[in-house]
Amino acid sequence: MIPNEPKISPELVAEHGLTPEEYQRILTLIGREPTLTELGIFSAMWNEHCSYKSSKVHLRTLPTEAPWVIQGPGENAGVISIGDGLAVVFKMESHNHPSYIEPYQGAATGVGGILRDVFTMGARPIACLNSLRFGDPAHPKTRHLVAGVVAGIGGYGNSFGVPTVGGSVGFHTRYDGNCLVNAMAVGLAEEDKIFYAKATGVGHPIVYLGSKTGRDGIHGATMASAEFGAGTEEKRPTVQVGDPFSEKLLLEACLEIMAAGCVIAIQDMGAAGLTCSAVEMGAKGDLGVTLDLDKVPVRETGMTAYEMMLSESQERMLMVLRPEKEAEAEAIFRKWGLDFAVVGETTDTKRFVVRWQGESVADLPIKELGDEAPVYQRPFTQTPKPPRVNPKEIKHPLKISEALEQMIALPDLCSKRWVWEQYDHVILGNTFQRPGGDAAVLRVNDGPKGLALTTDVTPRYCEADPFEGGKQAVAEAWRNLAAVGARPLAVTDNLNFGNPERPEIMGQFVGAIHGIAQACKALDFPVVSGNVSLYNETNGRAILPTPTIGGVGVLDDFTKSASLAFKAAEEIILLIGETQGWLGQSLYLRDVCGREEGAPPPVDLAAERRNGDLVRALIGEGIATAVHDISDGGLMVALAEMAMASGIGARLYAAPIAVEPHAFWFGEDQARYVVTVRAADAEATIARAKAAGVPVRRVGSTAGNALTLPGEAPILLKQLRDRFEGWLPAYMAGEVI
Amino acid sequence: MRAAVVVFPGINRERDMARALTLIAGRAPTMVWHADTALPEGTDLVVLPGGFSYGDYLRCGAIASRAPIMEAVRDHAEKGGLVLGVCNGFQILCEAGLLPGALLRNAGLKFICRDVHLRVERSDTPFTRGYNAGQVIRVPTAHGEGNYFASPETLAELEAEGRVLFRYTDAEGQVAERANVNGASNAIAGVLSQKHNVLGLMPHPENHVETIMGSTDGRGLFAGLVDHFVQAA
Repeated sequence: MIPNEPKISPELVAEHGLTPEEYQRILTLIGREPTLTELGIFSAMWNEHCSYKSSKVHLRTLPTEAPWVIQGPGENAGVISIGDGLAVVFKMESHNHPSYIEPYQGAATGVGGILRDVFTMGARPIACLNSLRFGDPAHPKTRHLVAGVVAGIGGYGNSFGVPTVGGSVGFHTRYDGNCLVNAMAVGLAEEDKIFYAKATGVGHPIVYLGSKTGRDGIHGATMASAEFGAGTEEKRPTVQVGDPFSEKLLLEACLEIMAAGCVIAIQDMGAAGLTCSAVEMGAKGDLGVTLDLDKVPVRETGMTAYEMMLSESQERMLMVLRPEKEAEAEAIFRKWGLDFAVVGETTDTKRFVVRWQGESVADLPIKELGDEAPVYQRPFTQTPKPPRVNPKEIKHPLKISEALEQMIALPDLCSKRWVWEQYDHVILGNTFQRPGGDAAVLRVNDGPKGLALTTDVTPRYCEADPFEGGKQAVAEAWRNLAAVGARPLAVTDNLNFGNPERPEIMGQFVGAIHGIAQACKALDFPVVSGNVSLYNETNGRAILPTPTIGGVGVLDDFTKSASLAFKAAEEIILLIGETQGWLGQSLYLRDVCGREEGAPPPVDLAAERRNGDLVRALIGEGIATAVHDISDGGLMVALAEMAMASGIGARLYAAPIAVEPHAFWFGEDQARYVVTVRAADAEATIARAKAAGVPVRRVGSTAGNALTLPGEAPILLKQLRDRFEGWLPAYMAGEVI
Repeated sequence: MRAAVVVFPGINRERDMARALTLIAGRAPTMVWHADTALPEGTDLVVLPGGFSYGDYLRCGAIASRAPIMEAVRDHAEKGGLVLGVCNGFQILCEAGLLPGALLRNAGLKFICRDVHLRVERSDTPFTRGYNAGQVIRVPTAHGEGNYFASPETLAELEAEGRVLFRYTDAEGQVAERANVNGASNAIAGVLSQKHNVLGLMPHPENHVETIMGSTDGRGLFAGLVDHFVQAA
């Protein structure tokens, strides 16, 4: 059956990212030497990106169920119910390696891919978020990467027509050679109209939809499963080029044929393109698939079967159609000017057969391609617990007000307006709380239901203690949703780590997963979708472990959400949650004292829940007038952000005697919020918190146009805001650093 | 008011526009496909909404300006019918020659999504009778190529004929460099055709029409149009 192809050599096997053992496994599985096309298919299915071979055993420990979960991990995206027959479909995915090589297209196609995952399931995308990490601002490549990635995210999302409503941006030298671009998409569907990848029925047409296939992105997924070294630039041809216009057409056409009842199964062509999508549809449905590559719409001549099977050209879909609806579906696609071709059919053989120029170029057992992929129990060493920083031996070089002025202009704390103003965040007319707050708040359809969305992770905590850091990422996402008044429902996780073949990196991964699992269980906040990105290393140096968490919460009435801006003068400012003054791994310790060290703040999940439940109740009852979660930079930075957002200052009391003042104002203890209430509500709120076992303390009252600390000169908001807003535009203009 | 919203492939604010029209006119607009050749019978107002028609490939609005439906839009305009183009719609109207000038890349070379202040220059047009002359409204922009450009002669003509309908200003209604979000000539955000029946506007009034969402400054444009047709009837 097999036409002549080059002899499979050990070098060729290695070039496909397969180990000699893995190649042996292929030989055993199929009982003969694979063809070149088959070798390509195996390399696509068995690389880390598609097979999760290093992470699978650990991912299984994550909680994925709750009464409101409709679809957990394993499909294109996770699905949860938000009541009233409505479902939210969401997922986050990385596009780190491509974005480092070609930032605009890498980031753009990252957005395109995740949007496709969402509308493949029948949902109309209603929001995008992202989480970005770049190297040291002083690194020569950083500015170029920030500019390109931000423009790429905007370029795709703005044109596609989805609001980009939130995210985070951080900098650290450990991302110098490996930036992170994690994109999240959120869609809305009716609960009983969700579409899945599982094919059913024998002899049904398999239809190729969308853009034509070219040679772009061949081996993209394999690239994403290897470290960077010298010669990374030469990998540019493996990055795909995005076409948001085609994707917008694909969205409209897909939703139209779904509504017309034409679709049995649908799968987007993402990583490893035609290979992964066809195998997944067949394997999930216990069916075989035969593809005829001569029918695949191509944009270049002379493409081989191998190239077609591994192309990662964007904006493509594969569907199994109801045979009687084929003509109707085709008419809809033609109306939108998109390619539509029957390229194969489902069979009862459970074989994956690929035909090209009249010959069979691949004939493989379809279930085994996925199920028999290698699974590794990679050895790991636990990250040693760092010592607690003793607050007594920290020297404080600056006064509180001076430290705040310095910190507010730090790359990690300054305003990210320069970034999010390049994203259309108001299109669709449902963005109630725009970027810059704790979580974005969207109206759902015509309301009053609302959604709250956030992405969070604190990589420096994860580096110091992966377990606590994993917990913290989940807790902070949960807290940010609570801080706007939403009920947190579920998360998507995007786990970015270094090379898992190194035991210490694997240890970070395992530790972080345990932390995430524990926090998700304690907070009833299951993981419904996600993505693992390993091998984020350049020349042997790994990124900070970065398990990004995307959280989704629901509000019964979006107009009753809270925002962080102070609302009026002479309101009482309350600190909710316990403050020990934890300075280990704090931004203050790192950037003001020059010490990046210590254990990160531990997360008490029971306290997290108690405190958050109280805050949410205060918001729902209209008692809390402004709310902000306390995270990077501690209490003082949180207060400054609330003041700057409103133009209303605050008169603050002295720190309690038991806590060193710098530690009180800049410590990053967890499970804390700043809440303002009207003076008349203060006593009752304090009593209520105490009764609920929630630590509460008056820290001052809103007043004037400055932040005033006892014994220090007032910090004028105008000056503070100039510093807060100034750094990033000045940096991007090349005026600083 | 019978409104028709033209849908070109790649347009993405047609739902926002339809929602605003439905809310304020009390009647849903007809959505008209770009490949159609006629507008619905009795159309009062044609709207070209925002987005990225045909991906904005070639030049913003250039391909859409040659779509089959544009002949009918041109006829409608020539007969004095009202046409509103917002954002990409404005770009299409310029490319179609229904409005003078062109929209260049923003002066800062970046896409900008931000609320801006506009001064309504006159209230005696069908598009602005819902406002007072000199009134300052706040509406969002979301564009990468909104920098209005025309020759000095054309600009002088537009000014002399009172065809600059909206201008970027600060919150107090003063023209200022900082407030001119995209570097437009004469801070022009919206211009009228010679017969005052075609308006091109860069920002998005359709996104600020609901009290519950925080701002209603965009309502005046649609409410004024509705009133115009009520008075005319």
